[in-house]
Amino acid sequence: MAEIKVNGKKIDVPDHYTLLQAAEAAGAEIPRFCFHERLSIAGNCRMCLVEVKGGPPKPITSCAMGVLDLRTGPHGELPEIFTETDMVKKSRKGVLEFILINHPLDCPICDQGGECDLQDQTMLYGRDFSRYTENKRAVEDKYIGPLIKTVMTRCIHCTRCVRFTTEVAGLSELGFIGRGEDSEITTFLEHSMTSELQGNLIDLCPVGALTSRPYAFQARSWELTKTDTIDVMDALGSAIRVDSRGAEVMRILPRVNEAVNEEWISDKTRFIWDGLRKRRLDRPYLRNEKNYLISVSWEEAFSAIRSAVLKSNKAIGALAGDLATVEEMYALKLLLQSLGSDNIDCRQDGTILNPSFGRSTYIFNPTIAGIEDSDTLLIIGSNPRIEGAVLNARIRKRQGMGHYPIGLIGAKTELRYRYHYLGPGLESLNDLVLGNGIFFKILKKAKKPIILIGQGALIGKEGTEVLRLSAKLACNIEAVRNEWNGFAILHTAASRVGGLDIGFVCKNGKTASDILNNSAVLFLLGADECDVSTARKKFVVYIGSHGDKGARLANVVLPGATYTEKSGLYVNTEGRLQMTNAVGFPPGQAKEDWAILRALSDVLGCPFSFNSLYELRSKLIMDYPHFKEIDDIFAGKIDDIFILAEEANLRNFRKYAFTSPIQDFYLTNPIARASAVMRECSSLQNKHISD
Amino acid sequence: MSVRRLADETLQPKKFFFSSRNLVWAEKTIAQYPKNREQSAVIPLLMRVQEQEGWITRASIEYVATMLSMSYIRVLEIATFYTQFHLRPLGTRAHIQVCGTTPCMLRGAEELKKVCKKRINGEPLITNAEGTLSWEEVECLGACVNAPMVMIFKDTYEDLTPSRLEEIIVLFEEGLGESVPVGPQNGRFSSEPWMGEG
Repeated sequence: MAEIKVNGKKIDVPDHYTLLQAAEAAGAEIPRFCFHERLSIAGNCRMCLVEVKGGPPKPITSCAMGVLDLRTGPHGELPEIFTETDMVKKSRKGVLEFILINHPLDCPICDQGGECDLQDQTMLYGRDFSRYTENKRAVEDKYIGPLIKTVMTRCIHCTRCVRFTTEVAGLSELGFIGRGEDSEITTFLEHSMTSELQGNLIDLCPVGALTSRPYAFQARSWELTKTDTIDVMDALGSAIRVDSRGAEVMRILPRVNEAVNEEWISDKTRFIWDGLRKRRLDRPYLRNEKNYLISVSWEEAFSAIRSAVLKSNKAIGALAGDLATVEEMYALKLLLQSLGSDNIDCRQDGTILNPSFGRSTYIFNPTIAGIEDSDTLLIIGSNPRIEGAVLNARIRKRQGMGHYPIGLIGAKTELRYRYHYLGPGLESLNDLVLGNGIFFKILKKAKKPIILIGQGALIGKEGTEVLRLSAKLACNIEAVRNEWNGFAILHTAASRVGGLDIGFVCKNGKTASDILNNSAVLFLLGADECDVSTARKKFVVYIGSHGDKGARLANVVLPGATYTEKSGLYVNTEGRLQMTNAVGFPPGQAKEDWAILRALSDVLGCPFSFNSLYELRSKLIMDYPHFKEIDDIFAGKIDDIFILAEEANLRNFRKYAFTSPIQDFYLTNPIARASAVMRECSSLQNKHISD
Repeated sequence: MSVRRLADETLQPKKFFFSSRNLVWAEKTIAQYPKNREQSAVIPLLMRVQEQEGWITRASIEYVATMLSMSYIRVLEIATFYTQFHLRPLGTRAHIQVCGTTPCMLRGAEELKKVCKKRINGEPLITNAEGTLSWEEVECLGACVNAPMVMIFKDTYEDLTPSRLEEIIVLFEEGLGESVPVGPQNGRFSSEPWMGEG
């Protein structure tokens, strides 16, 4: 710890703090443009000037000087800085005047207006008129992709965007060409950016140079209602803020959650919002004799379901989709139970994770923040870049912090960091379990290794073998101990861990495709990712928000709500319980999904005991007490992993390569497929790959 | 100074490769830098590209970037930052760099520029009609005691008069550049006092 005085106030701060951070800790606000806590220090905006006692007779950039760099006074007095003196104010005024020389006065037509760092600081430090009569510099706008709109004349050369792409996103895509007044930010020959995290540049840009293209000229920040909620596009459950006007979601921004997403979100999370308006199911539909879906009343839809269920002879099945909340799945499970069926599954992609193995066998035990504490990583059958883009940034961050060997078994692909490629599939894993290869020695030496297993490795018949072998490997290298559990499953679906937690799987071992094939009546709770082609001859009830694959073959469509229109529980891949908040109401006659199931239970003659979401949750908590603590992780027992490891069976496996269940990052769920922005990104990415 | 961009795509050659001699040289140069710091060789490599091609092409930027495992934009940043890297084709027989800094200016650099404008092109960095010659004004080249002076390729031609420069330009245009003695053009050996003055 270092002791320092800020404006006469004594304060203890950690040694690595800069003067800027120390001043903030002391409660003095320092203006800044280029400094950002999660990026390297550039020191080029000069806005954070402070006065240092006993230092040189000029202001010092507080972002670029460490607290330990200051000298004590001649009699051992504490080093002292001032943030409010006349000298500081005058120099900041001067700096701001320089920045504004070339900054256009187009705030009224700028999307950053109202949430612009430069605007705010000009209110504090700006002159009331300009002393410059010369022409302003003008810069050509650059095309850097369909997500980010550029107005480069507004750029103040803070280079946050360049540092973000290089350091966090792991791709040197943006650069700073030219020099002096002619410096310009651009990509190489204006190619569009390819990072999955590029949307964060919009938040990072302190002025209106990089703004959201889909959101351009849609709304002003002050007229939007802000709702804190969580994201369900992947299994991380990133903290987001949804800005809405009336019932319409206008944009999605990240919130800070150090445990999950720090302050980044993926592009899918950020730009999905136009999909929330399109292809919505806003009234019940029933398929008539001519095979057309016609709009009907709720009563008609329900009675059609009733007669189908009565005829079904208990051959009823239910599949939960990737965006379903815990409450809906719980209600659906209860409904199926009272109808006398156990044919339920939440694992559309056919993975073999099962609650009967124990909770620690299907969650990301070391936690996402724990990646930073770990010292070695083995990735099995996963592409974290597209399965959890923000988690991937965390892995990259860990590698940037120092020696961090990473091994990969699975498809060889660009991950934004260096890794040892160990092989495509099961036989490479088997090799590691047998203790072969250099990477085994690295793993063996590691004190806090993580074994990250993706869904790609857990699909199909061999899945169980992979899970057991991974458990065995984890035990061999002592990755699972009381104080450190390095066994980590990376999920791709937001609903999955919640579904496994409440046992939304078939007890007698039937898989999702068995249920699809063998049920006379099939309930699909937003399940669009499974191969539904075989379900054509069944009576399919689709409960969901979007007209996607599932709705297209359904006999009855019941319109549900999306994640921004309902309050619901989700459990992320770490096993962290989180809750969404409703931003608006579902469109038309659509209802929250749990309410649809509640009404259906009446019609089917097995009414639920609860009548409100509160009662539903109370009942859920009675059955599964760990759903009590929002934002907490209910840790699994490590013994489950040991048991799994004992069942492992070493033999010669056939050659078998792991492939990620996610083929297209941008189109993984019905909302994304309805989004025009996501479609554009997807086609651009495919073009990029084929080039 | 103006915004520096890569030359128009119509001027850009499709491919770039180092000649075998330059390739050997490049590998030796890269090896001079510590492991994982090979990217430091980017400036010498680009300079060698310019010597081979006469200017920095888009293909050569990509070639150098690949050679040093850098992203293209990082090499582009460097190529556009230093004005010594030329981003468009220059005179094939001579590119005349006229020093315009104070000592040369006082000794008549303005007149030399006029000669260039008349004989080559009214605008700097644009070749004459045949594409054989081009010129530009540069900052101090360090031969102030022999002002005014110009630099062509790696040689300096000092103590110039407008008429002598014109002769030199003509010789280079005819491909006889080798015949021009380098250094002072007024009989001085180096920077000794001229005709007993001073």
